[in-house]
Amino acid sequence: MSTDRTEVLTAPPLAAAADPVPDAGPRPRRDGSGTGRVRLVLAHVGIVLAAALFALPLVYAFFSALKPNNEMFSMPPTLVGSEVRWSNFADVFAYGPFATYIGNSFFVAVAGTLVVLAVSTTAGYAFGRLRWKGRDVVFVLFLVTLMVPQEVLVVPMFIVMQWFGWVDSYQSLIFPFAFTAFGTFLMRQFFRGIPFELDEAARVDGAGPFRTFWQIILPLATSAVAVLAVFTFMAFWNSYLWPLITVVDYQSHGTLPIGLATFSGQNGTRWDLQMAAAIISMVPTTIIVIALQKHLVKGIATAGLGGR
Amino acid sequence: MTTTSTAGTRRSSRSRLSRVESRQALGFMSPALVGLALFTIVPVGLSIVMSLFHWPAFGERSFAGLGNYVALFTQNPDFWPALRNSAVFALLYVPLNLVVALSLALALGPRIRGRAAFRVLFFIPVVTPIVANALVWKMLLQPQGLFNGISVSVFGVELPNFLADQNWAMVMVVVMSVWQGMGYNMLIFSAALEQLPAPVVEAARIDGAQGWRMLRSVVLPMLSPSIFFATVMTVITALQVFAQPQLLTGGGPGNSTLPLVQFIYNQGFKFQDLGLAAAAAWVLFVLIIGLTAFQFRAQKRWVHYEH
Repeated sequence: MSTDRTEVLTAPPLAAAADPVPDAGPRPRRDGSGTGRVRLVLAHVGIVLAAALFALPLVYAFFSALKPNNEMFSMPPTLVGSEVRWSNFADVFAYGPFATYIGNSFFVAVAGTLVVLAVSTTAGYAFGRLRWKGRDVVFVLFLVTLMVPQEVLVVPMFIVMQWFGWVDSYQSLIFPFAFTAFGTFLMRQFFRGIPFELDEAARVDGAGPFRTFWQIILPLATSAVAVLAVFTFMAFWNSYLWPLITVVDYQSHGTLPIGLATFSGQNGTRWDLQMAAAIISMVPTTIIVIALQKHLVKGIATAGLGGR
Repeated sequence: MTTTSTAGTRRSSRSRLSRVESRQALGFMSPALVGLALFTIVPVGLSIVMSLFHWPAFGERSFAGLGNYVALFTQNPDFWPALRNSAVFALLYVPLNLVVALSLALALGPRIRGRAAFRVLFFIPVVTPIVANALVWKMLLQPQGLFNGISVSVFGVELPNFLADQNWAMVMVVVMSVWQGMGYNMLIFSAALEQLPAPVVEAARIDGAQGWRMLRSVVLPMLSPSIFFATVMTVITALQVFAQPQLLTGGGPGNSTLPLVQFIYNQGFKFQDLGLAAAAAWVLFVLIIGLTAFQFRAQKRWVHYEH
C-alpha cells in the first residue's frame, strides 16, 4: 500500500509542477455582454468582502498591539486606542528574554534547514541517480516512515533525548525531526527528472560521484532545493509541540512559539505585549511568502506533501 | 525502475560499476540512514515497548502487558471524550476546510484583479506561527473581545462566552483552524485549476455546459485527484490537532475540546505517565493509518485519473 499511496499522493502535484500551463482554467464568456460585466464586478465585491473578513483578525491584532493594555477590551471596541503605543514593540523585549527566543528560533530553523538539505539531497541522489542493490526496498522503508506522524514520535523521542543527555538543548531542537523522509523523497523525485546522460558524460570526463553530485546535479536542482528550504525553515520556525516538550529552561533554549505563551502569567495576561510579540513572530514567514508569491502556487505543487 | 539509459554497456563492466556505485551510494545514504534509525525507527520500537510498561517519568518501571491499553479504554475518564473530540473536530474541520478552500480557489479565477495578492493573503495564516494565530483568536473571542464587542455595541445582542461554552468552544476551535489552515488547500486547488486541460473545458463549453453544470460535470471530476490528495492530508492534520485547542480552551471547558494529541501530551508530560501516553499514541497512529487506507480503498468510487 505504501508505494501506491505515495504514487497517488504526489501524482497530481508533481505533474502540475512539471508542465505549467498558465490560466487554462474555465474562463467566463468573453462576449462583453452586460451580464458578464456585472458578474465580474460582483465576483470582485464578494472576494474583497471575504478577504476583508479573513484579514480582520490580523489587522485587529496589529492595532491591538499598539493599545495600552487596559484598553484591549474596551466597550464598544475601538481599532485605535487613546494613544498609539509603538513602545509596546520595544517593551516586549524588556518583559522577558524575547530576544533570546527570536535568536534561538532563527538559529534552530537555519541549522535544522541546513541539516535537512544536506541529508535530503545526498540521500535523494543515492535513491534517484545511483544503482545499488536493495535500493527499492530501502526506499519503500523510507516511505513507510513518512506515515509516522510527529505526534506519535514525541513520547519515545523524549526518552531518546534522555539517553543522549539532550533534553533542553539545541541538539534536541534541531536533530530529531530533521531526518524525516519527506525531503529525501522530494529530492529523489526531482533528481530523477534530470537527464541521465549528464552523469555518464561527467564520468567519462573523470568526475567521481561526489563531484557529479555537487557540480552537476545539485546546481540543476536549485528550485527543488529552494522549495524544500523554505518549507523546512517555516516548519522549524512554527514548531510548537516538540519544543514545548523538550525545552525546560526557557531563558536559555526557549523558542518563539513557546515564548509567546509566557505573556500570560499569574498576574493576568499582558495582552498588549502578547499581541505585539505575536505580530513580530509573524513577520519573517510573512515576508518569505510575499517575496516568493510568484512561485507560491508552483512551490506548493512541487512540495505537495510538505511543510506541515 | 529505470537504470541509466546508455545502451550497449557490457554486462561485466555494469556489475563492476554497480558494485562501485553501491559503495558510493552507501556513502551518500549514511547520514539519512543513521538519522532515520536513531530518530524514527528506534523511537517507534521504543514506543511499542513503552506502551507495554508502567513508565513514569521518574521512578520504577514495571511490565504492564496490555494494561495501559485496557486502562485507556475502560478506566481513563478522558480517553473516550478525547477520541470523540478528535472525531467531532475532524468531521467539522475537514469538510469546512475543503469547501472554503475550493470555493476560494474557484472564485479567484484568471479574470480577478490582484488574484496573486489575494492568494498570498489567504495563505499567510498557514505560515505564521500557529501559536500566534491562536493567541490572536483567543483575544478576539474573549467575552470583552472584538466579536462580542461588535455584537453588543452594534446589535445589542450578547453573544455566548465562546471559549467557556460547552458547545461553542469546539465550534470556535474549528472556525479558527479553518481560518488558519485552509489556505494550503486553496493553493493546491489553484494549482490544479491552472492545469485543467483547456481543450476539454472548451469542448464542454461548446456543448453548452456552464455555471453549476460545468462545475459539477467537468471541473470537479477533473479536480478529483487533487481533492482526494487534499482530503487525505487534511484528515491527517485534523487528527493531529493540538495547538489550537491547547491555547484557545486548554481542552475545556471540562474536557469538551480535548483532542487525542493533547490527551497524549497531558498524560505523558503533565501527569508523567509515559506508558499510557505511548499506548494512546499507538491508538492515534492506528486511526490515522486506518482512515488513510480506507480513503485509498474508497477512491475508486469517485477519483478520476487521466490515463
